[in-house]
Amino acid sequence: MSKTIADLKRGQRGIIKSFSAETIPLKLLEMGCLPGNEVELVQSAPFRDPLYVNINGSHLAIRNETARQIEIEILT
Amino acid sequence: MSKQLNVALIGNPNTGKTSVFNQLTGLNQQVGNYPGITVEKKEGICKLPKNIKAHILDLPGTYSLNASSLDENVVIELLLNKNDKDYPDVAVVVSDVENLKRNLLLFTQIKDLEIPTILVVNMADRMERKGISIDVPALEKELKTKVVLVSARKRIGIEELKEHIVNYRHLSTEPCLNASSMDPEYFNRLRNAFPNQSLYKLWLVITQDVNFGNVNRNSIGIKEDFITKDDSTLKRLQQKETILRYQFINGALKKTMSVDVNAAKGLRAGLDRILTHRIWGYVIFFSILLLIFQAIYDWSSYPMDFIDESFARLSELTRSVLPAGPFTNLISEGVIPGLGGVVIFIPQIAFLFLFISILEESGYMSRAVFLMDRTMRRFGLSGKSVVPLVSGTACAIPAVMAARNIEDWKERLITILVVPFTTCSARLPVYLIIIALVIPEESFMGFNLQGLTLMLLYMLGFGMAIFSAWVLHKILKIKSRSYFVIEMPNYKLPMFKNVGINVVEKTKAFVLGAGKIILAISIILWVLASYGPGENFNNAREIVEANYSETFLPEEELDELVASYKLQHSYIGNIGKAIEPAVAPLGYDWKIGIALISSFAAREVFVGTLATIYSVGSDEEETIKSRMASETNHILGGPLFTLASGVSLLLFYAFAMQCMSTLAIVKKETNTWKWPVLQLIIMTAIAYLAALLAFQFLR
Ligand SMILES: Nc1nc2c(ncn2[C@@H]2O[C@H](COP(=O)(O)OP(=O)(O)OP(=O)(O)O)[C@@H](O)[C@H]2O)c(=O)[nH]1
Ligand SMILES: [Mg+2]
Repeated sequence: MSKTIADLKRGQRGIIKSFSAETIPLKLLEMGCLPGNEVELVQSAPFRDPLYVNINGSHLAIRNETARQIEIEILT
Repeated sequence: MSKQLNVALIGNPNTGKTSVFNQLTGLNQQVGNYPGITVEKKEGICKLPKNIKAHILDLPGTYSLNASSLDENVVIELLLNKNDKDYPDVAVVVSDVENLKRNLLLFTQIKDLEIPTILVVNMADRMERKGISIDVPALEKELKTKVVLVSARKRIGIEELKEHIVNYRHLSTEPCLNASSMDPEYFNRLRNAFPNQSLYKLWLVITQDVNFGNVNRNSIGIKEDFITKDDSTLKRLQQKETILRYQFINGALKKTMSVDVNAAKGLRAGLDRILTHRIWGYVIFFSILLLIFQAIYDWSSYPMDFIDESFARLSELTRSVLPAGPFTNLISEGVIPGLGGVVIFIPQIAFLFLFISILEESGYMSRAVFLMDRTMRRFGLSGKSVVPLVSGTACAIPAVMAARNIEDWKERLITILVVPFTTCSARLPVYLIIIALVIPEESFMGFNLQGLTLMLLYMLGFGMAIFSAWVLHKILKIKSRSYFVIEMPNYKLPMFKNVGINVVEKTKAFVLGAGKIILAISIILWVLASYGPGENFNNAREIVEANYSETFLPEEELDELVASYKLQHSYIGNIGKAIEPAVAPLGYDWKIGIALISSFAAREVFVGTLATIYSVGSDEEETIKSRMASETNHILGGPLFTLASGVSLLLFYAFAMQCMSTLAIVKKETNTWKWPVLQLIIMTAIAYLAALLAFQFLR
């Protein structure tokens, strides 16, 4: 199974690969969540929800259910 | 008349549009370091060079022209409607230098509408610290328009911006992106059908429905039957559009902007490690709330005592200076005590606004949203409901409006419905005076007992809000498309001028707004209390003298008895007696009943009303508090304000929906009377029951 943003550990980075176009809000794309961009998990709230991420320089908080739909390749 | 120019300030949330607006117009609109401070359009006038006047419009922040929440929709509706009186001659896109890439997305969209567009790169004062440098002339060439580096804080670049606005006719309106490259065949068809429209505008109108309501297609002449595409294809095309735009932006920035990565990081990372920590984050959040309530109670008691006594003295002074007569009585017994009832709360309200303003300006509010989202979601709310709930402690009206940036309609509706349970500043006057009367001034484990009670009341308000949210969440059957994205802005040192302006403006609005109602009500009440129908009122002295003919009474005591006899048989006394049966089970007498009813206009009227009623009934120089303390319960005997009746009153005010303005704003925000009417009925019923139980139980 491929990894998603929800699998990142704090401080870890990844490169966004793909996501299902139907379920991801357009707003997220517009904030820079596009394939090829880098994403870093800055902080996670208890129960890993929501997640505070840095996507391509935008600092955002998103819910776990959204994060699980964004596939990434984890960088070490 | 010189020609007037329409200028619209557009940009992502929290980029400093309102700050630029304030600089241009010299007005003081509220700013804050939280995305979504401005939720409505605001207008102002700016004098430009060459004697031209510009009409400046400050708009809510939006991430793109594909709206996903109500506040964002304001911008789209304006830009799609050429006939709107505010339709801009020139658009000024305000961007944040630290997020330029993302900000440019919106810029390219607006440019593609073929409106002359100027790019403001704001917060230029932070460039050096962040290691950012920009080649402005090269960027201007890439974006085919004028670019200005601005610092709204330091007032840099504002004059240059004005120059560019005046010369807007020289700006190129060439689009950034060739929209038809998304789907050439489809766009050719569009172009042939509507040769006079900008292609991108057509595209926007067609796609709006996918995300969000009702842009009027007829406004540009697209017939409903012009076959569009199915939703998922449109959505895919929107994504393609976004990707194409970012390609363009990346290309433009690569050549013109450089960031020294080593200079970045710093403050944000360090602070976030603590403030959003899974344990310390919450400890700090709740400590901040605790601090706020303790401060409101303790620090403001000194100026309050002073104000209370000053008003009592002022009353006495007017009475001795002005000639005796009905007019003097109106002033000294009606108006002054009534107004004193509001003025006394200025210190507390100012403190409250001060704290909320600091929380917003510093960037902390978004962290609170992050910490609370999961918990709030359980109750059918969103993390973003934290802001309405916290600012609801100041006033429910801006709080209801602050719910606009919640994307999900169900979460937003629930937030709007429960916000009036939070303890707004108008409840403070009532709480404070009752607490002072019935809760002993002692310490409990180092905490001031009265302060603790107040804190309990605040928690009760929150608790009730959360609980009813949960109930609504279970009852309401609304399909929701739950998603949540919030930006975490950089921390900033609050700008004291902004905070100061905010506190002064809000306090002023509170005092003037409440002052007007209270003035009117206190005059009406005074008239009703000073005149009465029939024998009993007119011959009060004779009747009282006859009743007490057996016992010898000193002149003073007799006067007092007469005054209170008169009050009982005045118009207001009669009204009060009529409603007394309804409020007696809660432990109130008819005077409180009157205050209760008049405070359905606005809660803060309560103290003013009692002050007016009581001062008509007595002649001595006294503070409101001591007057209330000496009242007796004529039904049950003993003092009127006991623990039981006090708690009952506190609970009534905690739960009842007593604010016309809130009802009006809820109607406006939900577009129907259904919700405000339900709010009024249900909240008041809960209040009555709670007060009834409390009094009967504690008695
Ligand atoms: N350092 C710096 N901070 C600024 C500047 N301009 C604005 N700010 C701060 O940025 C924050 C946001 O400013 P606002 O004017 O409220 O932004 P806005 O675009 O109107 O925000 P919304 O109405 O929420 O969309 C505030 O904390 C301002 O004090 C600037 O030039 N430099
Ligand atoms: Mg604003």
